[in-house]
Amino acid sequence: MTLMKRLLGASAVLALSAVAALADPAIIYDVGGKNDKSFNEAAFNGAQRWAAETGGTFKELEMQNEAQREQALRQLAEAGANPIVMTGFAFGDVLNAVAPDYPDTKFAIIDNPVDQPNVQSVVFTEEQGSYLAGIMAGMATKSGVVGFVGGMDIPLIRRFGCGYAQGVVAVKADATIIANMTGTDGSAWNNPVRGAEIAKSQISQKADVIYAAAGNTGVGVLQAAADGGVLSIGVDKNQNYLHPGQVLTSMVKRVDNAVYEAFKSGADLKPGVFVMDLAAGGVDVAMDDNNAALVSPEMKAAVEDAAAKIKSGELKVHDYTSDNTCPAGQF
Amino acid sequence: MDKLPRWADVVLVPLICLIIAFAFCGILIAAIGQSPLQAIWIMIDGSFGTTNGLGYTLYYATNFIFTGLAVSIAFQASLFNIGGEGQATLGGLGVALSCLLIPWPHWSLALLGSLAAGAAFGAAWGFLPAWLQAKRGSHIVITTMMFNFIAYALMNYVLVNLLRPMGSMDPASARFDKAYNLPKLGDILGLVGIPFSNRNPANISFVIAIALAVGVWALIWHTRLGYALRAFGKQEKAALYAGIDPVKITIYALLLSGGISGLMAVNAVQGAAHRLVLNSVEGAGFIGIAVALMGRNHPFGIVIASILFGFLYQGGSQLAMGTTIPREVIIVLQALVILFTGALPYMVQKPLEHLFAKRGGAK
Repeated sequence: MTLMKRLLGASAVLALSAVAALADPAIIYDVGGKNDKSFNEAAFNGAQRWAAETGGTFKELEMQNEAQREQALRQLAEAGANPIVMTGFAFGDVLNAVAPDYPDTKFAIIDNPVDQPNVQSVVFTEEQGSYLAGIMAGMATKSGVVGFVGGMDIPLIRRFGCGYAQGVVAVKADATIIANMTGTDGSAWNNPVRGAEIAKSQISQKADVIYAAAGNTGVGVLQAAADGGVLSIGVDKNQNYLHPGQVLTSMVKRVDNAVYEAFKSGADLKPGVFVMDLAAGGVDVAMDDNNAALVSPEMKAAVEDAAAKIKSGELKVHDYTSDNTCPAGQF
Repeated sequence: MDKLPRWADVVLVPLICLIIAFAFCGILIAAIGQSPLQAIWIMIDGSFGTTNGLGYTLYYATNFIFTGLAVSIAFQASLFNIGGEGQATLGGLGVALSCLLIPWPHWSLALLGSLAAGAAFGAAWGFLPAWLQAKRGSHIVITTMMFNFIAYALMNYVLVNLLRPMGSMDPASARFDKAYNLPKLGDILGLVGIPFSNRNPANISFVIAIALAVGVWALIWHTRLGYALRAFGKQEKAALYAGIDPVKITIYALLLSGGISGLMAVNAVQGAAHRLVLNSVEGAGFIGIAVALMGRNHPFGIVIASILFGFLYQGGSQLAMGTTIPREVIIVLQALVILFTGALPYMVQKPLEHLFAKRGGAK
């Protein structure tokens, strides 16, 4: 009992001293892990860029499983981190419950709109970037069969797939699109072996361009595609460098910019939903030395033409999540 | 005199195991270029330094008390139930269904409903392996472990296809009615004037877990069923001769064990998450094995060991935040402690016995 009292006494003192902690920004990566070469790593790069430019330090945390999200959020908020950025839609529900408890802390969430006065939500128009990737796939395919490997089977990922399919059929109306999802839970983001298996099965069905929108799982897809001698398309980060000359392009989603901007605005982070579309530079297809040999001038012209039309509003790419249907195929 | 005095067996052996484990952890942390002392301090301060941290420690400990008791009760009958993970997963489903489908008028009734549903679902998940063991001789270690995988796949299906609310992308059920939230430990201690943080998931389930530990102690050593369990565990043939039905006792043991595992969900699902998520058990089913081994299958030892493992869990998450030690290394650290305290006590026990025998001889 006396031990208990001592503990409680000590804790009161510590609780007071904890308030004075410095307001470093913090970032929480989802279960795919910080080094997934894709979504989470893009976020990490944004944080790094901020640290390099300002000389500041930031806290970071990798989720170990689905059940610990709330504890992670609360602990960072208790520790005085501000703002707290989290990568991934899966934090949405938890953030909705936690944010009101910490009105003085600003939160930013990527991929999931959360309506709270101290939360900034950044969403991307993945269908637009994927449409451009689809155009390139449709022009690059010789067999007329292209593949899509999604991570977790959620509407968000179907949005990637649907935009891609629309791009493919826009340039090759009779193309076949094979779409597979890796799984139905969070582990689907972090399963490169399964990704490689799916890619191999798609190659055996004559697919010669495969688009992976699956976080770390995509690393396995790209590897299997390179091994099988077919082209692949990376996602979120520019992944062209992973297999130079064998990755057609990458649908980059500037998660890094979102994190960078959030860190930069610090405690003045603006709440609300921000849509990062093609016009705002939120999504794009990656062109660099690694894929220069794969991109023909016609391909480049077609992409630029479509991009201009999307930006001007002349071309509207259907968003799967708006009505859960896809005009270009079954998802 | 080749036996250890009881105090040495109960206190000294685990303590020495713990010290060895921490020594190895220290070497590992130093090897990746971090300060071991600082790391230990972060763990201790993070899990006992504030009432908030203590709350998290006790929350995790509560899970482990349930699963530890579950393992120990089957172990009394020499049945190694390693299916706590799956039984607790199913218990979570029971608790979630009870909270989502039945309109309870008050949290206390919702709690009773959850206790019943969690125990029933957990026990049901333990029943089939028990029946297979008793009637068909399928080894319980294999079947209970396989049932963990089945439970996980089932949960995945149920959450993705049945319980996920419309429009949600997350494989999780809807939130339960706020009225069913269990009283926090902070609220309960606040009633008697002890200040305790409320921003942690520790809740009334901790009290239930302690009461259950007392109940299990009474059951094992002061009832006919407990006697039958122990007799069956010590010597099956003698038990049979004494009129104890091996089929019945195997099934009773696993029903009790599964039911107690299932009760864990009251803490994790209704008490903390307020909704059912994938992996709501967070590995507590397996930790329960280490807890039961370290606690020498005695409810009192299990409570103490649970608090130690609660400290490891909470300290580990603090370590992830307070340092740049990667999560993989933290898992290795936790595993080292489990290895030394759970699996290697005999390594310490033998030399200690020698030591005590020598001292006894010299007298």
